[in-house]
Amino acid sequence: MNPARTLATARRVLRQLSHDPRTIALMLVVPCVLLTLLKYVFDADPRSFDSAGASLLGIFPLVTMFLVTSIATLRERTSGTLERLLSMPLGRADLLVGYALAFGAVAVVQAALATGLTFLALGLNVAGSAWLLLVVALADAFLGTALGLFISAFAASEFQAVQFLPAVLLPQLLLCGLFVPRGDMQPVLSGVSDALPMSYAVDGMSQVSHHTGVTGDFVRDLAVVAGCALLALALGAATLRRRTA
Amino acid sequence: MMNKHPEPAVEAAGLRVVRGGRTVLDDLTFAIPRGQITGLLGPSGCGKSTLMRAVVGSQAQVTGTLTVLGRPAGHRTLRPEVGYVTQAPSVYADLTARQNLDYYAAVLGIHRRDRPATVDRTLRDVDLTSHADALTGTLSGGQRGRVSLAVALLGEPELLVLDEPTVGLDPVLRRDLWRLFHRLTEERGATVLVSSHVMDEAERCHRLLLLRDGRLLADDTPDALRRSTASYTVEDAFLHLVDQADAAEREGTADAKNSTGPHDTAAPTEATPS
Repeated sequence: MNPARTLATARRVLRQLSHDPRTIALMLVVPCVLLTLLKYVFDADPRSFDSAGASLLGIFPLVTMFLVTSIATLRERTSGTLERLLSMPLGRADLLVGYALAFGAVAVVQAALATGLTFLALGLNVAGSAWLLLVVALADAFLGTALGLFISAFAASEFQAVQFLPAVLLPQLLLCGLFVPRGDMQPVLSGVSDALPMSYAVDGMSQVSHHTGVTGDFVRDLAVVAGCALLALALGAATLRRRTA
Repeated sequence: MMNKHPEPAVEAAGLRVVRGGRTVLDDLTFAIPRGQITGLLGPSGCGKSTLMRAVVGSQAQVTGTLTVLGRPAGHRTLRPEVGYVTQAPSVYADLTARQNLDYYAAVLGIHRRDRPATVDRTLRDVDLTSHADALTGTLSGGQRGRVSLAVALLGEPELLVLDEPTVGLDPVLRRDLWRLFHRLTEERGATVLVSSHVMDEAERCHRLLLLRDGRLLADDTPDALRRSTASYTVEDAFLHLVDQADAAEREGTADAKNSTGPHDTAAPTEATPS
């Protein structure tokens, strides 16, 4: 890995994004609007907002980054720019880490806005610190970026890439414990949910909602999310081939 | 003197490429001299792009020997020394021409300090200075192609591999680009391998490789080709060679192996990068 090339890649991705203000606005504003909506959906039950709101603070960055990264990488693959980059002295890690840095930066802004809004304006009540929520949100964004990079290898078109969102993320959303506690599910499903990374993203958030300090479970959840992201990134690197048929 | 180096820029022996079970290039043996423009000509789908991808090392399932600048094709040390322009422009549509070049220059390891000057010089080379700050996606097809070409010129590569770089360009621009290619070989001693299916461009090359159905029909200078086939143009020479090859195939090898498949029936063999 070469820091200059990695940073140049991150800057390039951000420059591309800067020519597309509507996408930036959607990425930043939509989570805030949805959280506000949620607040009033749970108008009669503020306690539910506290737990669901915290979970969603972790889920939004994951979903947005997954979508944006999978489409961006797919474009890179189909436009021939990937083939060109790989015929140049660019390491695969330079490319992947460059993407992760650029979208990570966007995720910081997104998570900061969403967390700030829910705490300051929507009155979200959690036992732990807002900073810890932000840390989990960032880990989730990193996971979304890594999954998006990996999944884009299996999509031949943008249509397919978009369809991978319901295929890959919706099952995780159903099984992550947002709707029903994971222990109350049919035992097989509960076992499956133990194997899915989003479950740990949401568990990490609920650790912060219910405990004041950093708990052992919180550290474990964060480690699982980061570990899954690194695994997906490594698998994504394996799909970037210099020689193709 | 053109040949500073005695060894050729590209040397192939028994080169074979299989794509999706089909033999796209079959038993090619040739040498591309340094410091010259070699034209790779042949009908669409004859394997030109596949051969170019093999030379730059992005083609899988290549067998035989293929040596580029003294090293096996695709060797990592070749990456900064070989510039490659695919048929479809491989640049970022949502960046300006200048931003595209700036990024690729960084990837090529050109120092931050030298990047603006390098980018400006390259933009001048492809006559895009006036459009440097327009989004590449809003440029015309020919302009986008020139941004893509400019990327390949950035690192002053020893070997330039250009896949149909003049498609869709007006005559003036085509002439200017050919002048640029000649300047690169004369001033810098660079080697240019350029493909085209427009035969009139063949006259501007020092040497020609004529390819048909993945086989080499001829490897010679334009003059020698015209002389040996008693033709006025390279196009006539090519057609003459095609007829000759067809006749030979009908006569001698009716019982022997069939040809690898006519280029106009099967899926296009060209490596479209999309």
